[in-house]
Amino acid sequence: MQVTMTINGTEISREVEPRLLLVHFLRDHLGLTGTHWGCDTSNCGMCVVTMDGVLVKSCTVLTAMAGGREIGTVEGMERDGVLDPVQEGFMQEHGLQCGFCTPAMMLTARALLDATPDPTVGEIREAICGTTCRCTGYENIVRAVQWAAEHPAREEVTA
Amino acid sequence: MTDTIASGTEVPISAAGNPIGFGRMLRKEDARFLRGKGHFLDDVQLPGMLYGAILRSPHAHAKINSIDISAAQAHPKVRAVITGEVLATLKLAWMPTLSGDVQAVLATDKVRFQGQEVAFVVAEDRYAARDALELIEVDYELLPPVVDACRALDADAAVIRTDLEGRTDNHIYDWEAGDAAACEAVFARPDVVVAKADLLYPRSHPSPMETCGSVASMDKVTGKLTCWITSQAPHAHRTVYALVAGLPEHKIQVISPDIGGGFGNKVPVYPGYVCVVVASIVTGAPVKWVEDRSENLMTTGFARDYHMHGEIAATPEGKILALRTHTIADHGAFNAVAQPTKFPAGFFHIFTGSYDLEAAHCKVTAVYTNKAPGGVAYACSFRITEAVYFVERMVDILAHDLKMDPAEIRMKNLIQPDQFPYTTKTGWEYDSGDYPLTLQTTLDAAGYKALRAEQAEERARYERTGEGTLMGIGLSFFTEGVGAGPRNQMDILGLGMADGCELRIHPTGKAVIRLSVQTQGQGHETTFAQIVAHELGLPPEDVEVVHGDTDQTPFGLGTYGSRSTPVSGAAAAVVSQRVREKARIVAAAALECSPEDLEWTPGRWQVKGSPTHGRTIQQIALLAHSNLELPEGVEGHLDASAVYNPPNLTYPYGAYLCVVDVDPGTGGVKVRRFVATDDCGPRINPMIVEGQIHGGLAEGIGMALMQVIAFDESGNCLGGSFMDYLLPTARECPSWETHTTVTPSPHHPLGCKGVGESATVGSPPAVVNAVIDALAPFGVRHADMPLNPAQVWLAMQGRPVRTDLAFT
Repeated sequence: MQVTMTINGTEISREVEPRLLLVHFLRDHLGLTGTHWGCDTSNCGMCVVTMDGVLVKSCTVLTAMAGGREIGTVEGMERDGVLDPVQEGFMQEHGLQCGFCTPAMMLTARALLDATPDPTVGEIREAICGTTCRCTGYENIVRAVQWAAEHPAREEVTA
Repeated sequence: MTDTIASGTEVPISAAGNPIGFGRMLRKEDARFLRGKGHFLDDVQLPGMLYGAILRSPHAHAKINSIDISAAQAHPKVRAVITGEVLATLKLAWMPTLSGDVQAVLATDKVRFQGQEVAFVVAEDRYAARDALELIEVDYELLPPVVDACRALDADAAVIRTDLEGRTDNHIYDWEAGDAAACEAVFARPDVVVAKADLLYPRSHPSPMETCGSVASMDKVTGKLTCWITSQAPHAHRTVYALVAGLPEHKIQVISPDIGGGFGNKVPVYPGYVCVVVASIVTGAPVKWVEDRSENLMTTGFARDYHMHGEIAATPEGKILALRTHTIADHGAFNAVAQPTKFPAGFFHIFTGSYDLEAAHCKVTAVYTNKAPGGVAYACSFRITEAVYFVERMVDILAHDLKMDPAEIRMKNLIQPDQFPYTTKTGWEYDSGDYPLTLQTTLDAAGYKALRAEQAEERARYERTGEGTLMGIGLSFFTEGVGAGPRNQMDILGLGMADGCELRIHPTGKAVIRLSVQTQGQGHETTFAQIVAHELGLPPEDVEVVHGDTDQTPFGLGTYGSRSTPVSGAAAAVVSQRVREKARIVAAAALECSPEDLEWTPGRWQVKGSPTHGRTIQQIALLAHSNLELPEGVEGHLDASAVYNPPNLTYPYGAYLCVVDVDPGTGGVKVRRFVATDDCGPRINPMIVEGQIHGGLAEGIGMALMQVIAFDESGNCLGGSFMDYLLPTARECPSWETHTTVTPSPHHPLGCKGVGESATVGSPPAVVNAVIDALAPFGVRHADMPLNPAQVWLAMQGRPVRTDLAFT
């Protein structure tokens, strides 16, 4: 079937199998491999993207369901060579180690800060608990989100 | 305590604002991960690539009567279906394990655990490969499964390894360390107090967020096989491939791309890895196979599964005298653990921990069961996790029986600073430590006395009103042993545990260092650049770190057992020092003086007493490649290589304290605080070290409270998805309170000790001790992990269960 959607601001149109999951469409068909896959049961949250601004697990969304929608992935976070404050915060506070959960965590943090610019630690922990991290013990992810909250304006790239 | 650098010198700062040497530096690798530009195994895309999928056994133990693949072969998108029968013609139906056993690649005679590999389908896309699995018909004849390790040696237990000639039982080995007679003599003394307990460290799984997988591409023209593998040990894997498949080693390139977490799960060679190689040879196309989460949890390297009977002897005043255990080790259907050959039970016999005893004896009996193979994984430092859990629970149980404070009994028995180097009763030589200082640091930071006072108040209130939560305080003190070899003591499949390293300074003063180890998130690209920077005075951003590709790097055994900094970090220091000495000769030639007349300041050789006369390392690099006349016997260029063979393990240690609140109505446990003091010697990049400690502490909460791979009586795996195998999220973890003491290792060139697994080793007993402490008003002396709400509630009723079985 033919599916058309907007991904990170660019309209994309492709012929796909009706059963194709959005995560595989992004990764295998479009080469947007920043979105990862980690489980079969929608538990781990590696595959989080935004659909019309709302966080979704792309392993649980059919590509067909994304037709006509706006999809946001990690590849769209940096704009004009300037990192999103969330990306900068993850670097400054060592909020990543292996980097596998990082795209999902950062998109989640961005959505949180868009809705709640000055979140409490409890709100941050609640927001990110849909994505699992095995490396960081979450502490530095919390600090990274706090860093981004404290530096809301995009700054010059340092990485 | 503050962090110090090994040399004690001031750290200059590079133009980019990074320390030239040790200190906090943002990670070089972050740039790609932040942009979604990491390159993980499943990101590998090759022209014409096919996809593999594995058909797995639904049964724990069954004879295979027949396999019908005709319908799968007829699927329009299927390019090949490989069975054990096909592999047998290539002599690849079985492969050697890392422990001298053999393991089925694809089952031929019978299946021995649920999830075992039966057939491999290769198709044009990943969905079609999965579709075709449904078309394969296997006729199974069920056999009785062996599920309970403690009954695997019963006379009526089915024999699992009928493939091994002459096998009449499920026994793998008995292994002992220490002195049984000396131990018995202590236990027989009339004046000792003896505490006994049966402790289970249940089967757990590291479950890195990226599952395992491989892409194989055989070039039939050149005969070169390129394999991308989720591998913590690319060189070891290449050699094993050469040995298993009979392929020439110089025609095999193993590339370990970015790894989405390893924790020991990515050390073994799995059947799927062999299947993609065969599939690429058979189809003439590159083939990718990536396991799904259930495959990862049900079949790849699990951890622990130790059933430990313990006995501890002490004076009535709490001076510990002797410790002994007989442990049943469940290795699953094949003995496929990855650890030094000489130590079949890993380093479990370091089980006397941080205490000065008179005698110790350890006996481990390993058995086969109808479960997935493995046992050594999950940041365990070759089973020091089990050893530390054992001793720290036994000490707490002794304190419980003697009605002593857990901090007091530990302080009374710790090895003292003047006893180092300290040889344990089972033969380990601990290199350095100040244990009482580290324990006191944790107690002070936590406010131990105040916590106990608060607990007494809360208990009095609970007993008075029956309302509120139950507060528990748990301690653990651990000694780790990391950085294997030395090579004459430690090998895997005969490959000695020493690691190579190569450093080259380009003419313009930029450097490239090539490592045998492979990062899985530990930040090697930053830390190893800092080591070179520390030794040569180069800005760390001028040092490129190359790793994870056997065509680009020297041989070595890889990253596990926290061995990267103790072994490869030492190798990096040694090559840097060799380059520095070579630079001295070149500088002396340029300055027309004797090398002995020169002194080193960071980044520069200069004439003693005349500091204006000197050459920077960058200037020397250009001179080394120039037309400068060099002394006879000195070759040009500026490079060095080394193989580092560690003289001993390094022994990091730490003291952890956990505070929990237990809801007596539900059995739910909330971790309120976690205070951790770690001593791993000088910290090259304190930010990275602390991050690794945070991660390990979270794993401890997972193991102690949530994670278990249990089985039902038919051998069905009950932890086969994240719906059932629960991992800690940000909600279950507190804000970690970390502290530092610094005791350098006397034998490491930088004084550094490994740290990657310290927190995973040390944290589970602190959490368990805290929960059991909270349940003291209910008379609870012990309950096995995981202490999930059901288990806590049952413990409060006086009937905790075995958590590894869904039947009793």
